[in-house]
Amino acid sequence: MQLSRDDLRTAYRAMVTIREFEERVAVEFETGDMPGFVHLYAGEEAIAVGACLDLDEKDIIGSTHRGHGHCIAKGCDIQGMMLELFGRKGGLCGGKGGSMHIADLDRGMMGANGIVGAGAPLIVGAGLTAKTLKTGGVAIGFVGDGATNQGAVFEAMNLAVVLALPVVFVFENNYIGEATGVDYAVGSGDIAARAAAFGMPVDKVDGRDFFVVHEAMRGCIERARNGDGPSGIEALSPRYYGHFQGDPQNYRGADEVERYRAEHDCLKIFRQRVIDAKLLGDDDLDAIRAEAKALVDGAVAAARAAPPPGPSDLMTDIYVNY
Amino acid sequence: MPQKTMRQAINEALRQEMERDPRVVVIGEDVAGGAGLDGEADAFGGVMGVTKGLYGQFGEGRVIDTPISETAIMGMAAGSAATGLRPVAELMFCDFMGVCFDQILNQAAKFRYMFGGKATTPLVVRTTYGAGLGAAAQHSQSLYGMFTAVPGIKCVVPSNAYDAKGLLIQAIRDDDPVIFFEHKMMYDLRDEVPDEAYTIPFGEANIVHNGGDVTIVALGNMVRVAVKAAEKLSEDGIGAEVIDLRTTSPLDEETILESVEETGRLVVVDEANPRCGIAADISALVAREAFEMLKSPVRMVTAPHAPVPFAPELEKLYLPNADKVIAAVREIIG
Amino acid sequence: MPKWGLSMQEGTIVEWLAAEGSTITQGDEIVEIETEKVNNTYEAPCSGLLRRHVAPADRTVPVGGLIGVVAPANVSESEIDAFVARFEAAFVPEAAEEDSPTPRAIEVDGRAINYLDTGTGDELPLLLLHGLCADLESWMFNQPAIAHGRRVIALDLPGHGASSKDVGSGDIAFFASVIARFLDGLGITRAHLAGHSLGGAVSIALALAHPDRVASLGLIAPAGLGADINGGFLADLIAAEKRRGARLALSQLVHDPDLVSRDMIEKFLRYKRTDGVPEALAVIADASFDGDRQLNVFADRLGEITAPILCIWGEQDRVIPPSHADKLPAGAKIHRLENTGHLPHMENAAQVSALLATHATESERKLT
Repeated sequence: MQLSRDDLRTAYRAMVTIREFEERVAVEFETGDMPGFVHLYAGEEAIAVGACLDLDEKDIIGSTHRGHGHCIAKGCDIQGMMLELFGRKGGLCGGKGGSMHIADLDRGMMGANGIVGAGAPLIVGAGLTAKTLKTGGVAIGFVGDGATNQGAVFEAMNLAVVLALPVVFVFENNYIGEATGVDYAVGSGDIAARAAAFGMPVDKVDGRDFFVVHEAMRGCIERARNGDGPSGIEALSPRYYGHFQGDPQNYRGADEVERYRAEHDCLKIFRQRVIDAKLLGDDDLDAIRAEAKALVDGAVAAARAAPPPGPSDLMTDIYVNY
Repeated sequence: MPQKTMRQAINEALRQEMERDPRVVVIGEDVAGGAGLDGEADAFGGVMGVTKGLYGQFGEGRVIDTPISETAIMGMAAGSAATGLRPVAELMFCDFMGVCFDQILNQAAKFRYMFGGKATTPLVVRTTYGAGLGAAAQHSQSLYGMFTAVPGIKCVVPSNAYDAKGLLIQAIRDDDPVIFFEHKMMYDLRDEVPDEAYTIPFGEANIVHNGGDVTIVALGNMVRVAVKAAEKLSEDGIGAEVIDLRTTSPLDEETILESVEETGRLVVVDEANPRCGIAADISALVAREAFEMLKSPVRMVTAPHAPVPFAPELEKLYLPNADKVIAAVREIIG
Repeated sequence: MPKWGLSMQEGTIVEWLAAEGSTITQGDEIVEIETEKVNNTYEAPCSGLLRRHVAPADRTVPVGGLIGVVAPANVSESEIDAFVARFEAAFVPEAAEEDSPTPRAIEVDGRAINYLDTGTGDELPLLLLHGLCADLESWMFNQPAIAHGRRVIALDLPGHGASSKDVGSGDIAFFASVIARFLDGLGITRAHLAGHSLGGAVSIALALAHPDRVASLGLIAPAGLGADINGGFLADLIAAEKRRGARLALSQLVHDPDLVSRDMIEKFLRYKRTDGVPEALAVIADASFDGDRQLNVFADRLGEITAPILCIWGEQDRVIPPSHADKLPAGAKIHRLENTGHLPHMENAAQVSALLATHATESERKLT
């Protein structure tokens, strides 16, 4: 384990912030005050944070419809995110994007995406920019298990290999695409093997274990930075909520999620590991979690008090100039 | 003034902008040509030969030959545009938009609005359109109307080599996604094209023939048809003002309306299908904004509501021509 | 159909000013014709009874084509019909001349200077200098007319036409120095100068700096004589980006706004949209004008000019006041043209061409 205590605090802070954020969004959404629909990331925190911990400002990530965790892992502002989810003028996207299209290009987060699989070609584009302008950056594309059945993702993987771009694909396998199991929908059943067939190394890892994800990504990112082309990981970890919030989830077992939370929760695994190694203590971790909760509480209060966009915002930002 | 073909004018625009700005890259199938094989890598320059010579000057890092993967081409172009490049992606035929529509419709077009104005997407998609080559239903359509209907996209349909160069340079310097429609029958048409770089602003139609009796609005390859009709009409003392739209988004409504206010009559000539298209849109505009000025019903001279046929005899019937335009004008002038 | 300028191949009848059946006198304005470059009025080439408008309004006719018939009253309609039919049957439009003079460029101090060199003769050459936002084509009505028996060279000033868009300091002295070096490049030691507006001021500056090289000065609505200038017009001209603004600005140049053709506007806009032009114009404007004031005025040095001066001014010039001609030293020949704006060489092309040709010839005769 080469991570410093500060790194571990940073990682834990990001993971618990995602958890607090998502658990709270679930509650807020139930009140009916949050428009549209939300896809929650709780349960998969170790993947986003493991993948993003070593990234910096020149690195770009591309996300999915389940994008809150990726935003937080890449350092997006929590309050800006919450305002956006509430459709407020001060949100990250001025209340024009919402949960499914949340983005912050200033932070290298080039967008959640409402179209399954569409983000993969886009992140290849970010890789092309990095290579062409020699920014030294890498492009990380999060791709869900459902999206791996999309042609766009196949094309993107092939193109990244053909052009040897600094791209890392993170295939998030949470076992279910919408309401249909991976066992059914992925013909070969093996996402990593299928991706590897495009001509890049792809490791299959336990997405509930931050340390495993982080270590696998370290190799991928280094490979990309060295100009050795794309690679990927398939990280497995369940989601704790439905496809969308409010989804009855009658496609999975009654106590399935409870079991995941009790037995293999990524936060618990992380806590156990750092305490066993005497790197961080319970006090440390509890304090971080309390801070995260306070941060989310503040964000919700601010979002509820914030004004919505007005009529003058309807027709702005369609074009740069027209 | 040097005479250049539209193909040369477009090639020159690409070359000059690539020289001026290292962020400009060309992406597409066979744009270098011969990549991966033993032959001459610069020989092909895309199926229309438009990008020929660029690979030799700028190399594989700037002239990026892709697999036949239209979705990935458009997605990579859109993603690179949002992160700092100014890509010019080539889509061999606009009919192939069907394959990669999502990356234009839901991605590039939406970034700016959806991300609250924080994204710019300086993407140009160059594509070919139009019938006349016997290429039939999947390689001959005129689809600019579909994209004109999408907020966030700009659409350019040049009618000559001079405009093609200026409008393409404008498109590359523009910070919004632009689809640039090149008629495949026009690549060898010549025009006076200055060697220097220049721009033509979007949203300014050109008046290419003066007359006071009827306004003929046309675009792209149909401008030639409209001018030919106007010249024949003038021999019979009928003055037709021909407006070349140049861009359909933005649309120069003012020039159209000003002209119709003078002439009181409108004929729209468009090679696309008639439903929900440019011709219907302009007819509606004039009906909405200048109804009192109209002396007669509006006429649309377009392709029929049918796919483009293969047999040359049918293709000829399918396309608008000067005689059809003249007939439409005579119908409303009486 | 007359041929105006080297590149004209056809013209479109805008309006007949003389009705069928009217008696016309040579020199009368009888028909307005639009060319690619500009609208102009055609003066009757002969006197007689105008029997027929063969080409009605809006008809486009190749150069040399038949637009009307003049014939005595006793010629019958059927005879005219037969004449028109015979003409049309025999008429072959002149093919674009392959050997017609085309502009060339030479390098002058690192800048490409584009010029059109026409005519030959034993007399000294005449150099034509255009005004702001114009180019060598602004002399298209004059250059061919004067180039019979004399070498006439029109050039594009830096920042204009097909010349380099680098305008250095952008002031009159800069342009004058470029012209001197241009003449060096062509091996011309002495020449007649004719300049319009900005080109007029450049001519004056050159005559003051190199009196030995300037045989005579033809000043057409020149800048540089007095301080006043229509700053609003200049601002409009420089700001114009689209057709409407261009039409408004250009129509202030002429007395009859109908002279501003669609193609003249298009040509102007094409110029304005060329890379480097907006920057060049900004530099020239900063160096030359401050609101309604010219910054390069030679009023108190005009007496030093030794070359004979001809000055032509439109009475209706709305850009530079015609009264500035009064500042010229005694001995200058001053012609004020009625119903003429800031472009006498286009608005009254034939008269201005004749005046320039005669001035050059007479000045040269005095010298020898």
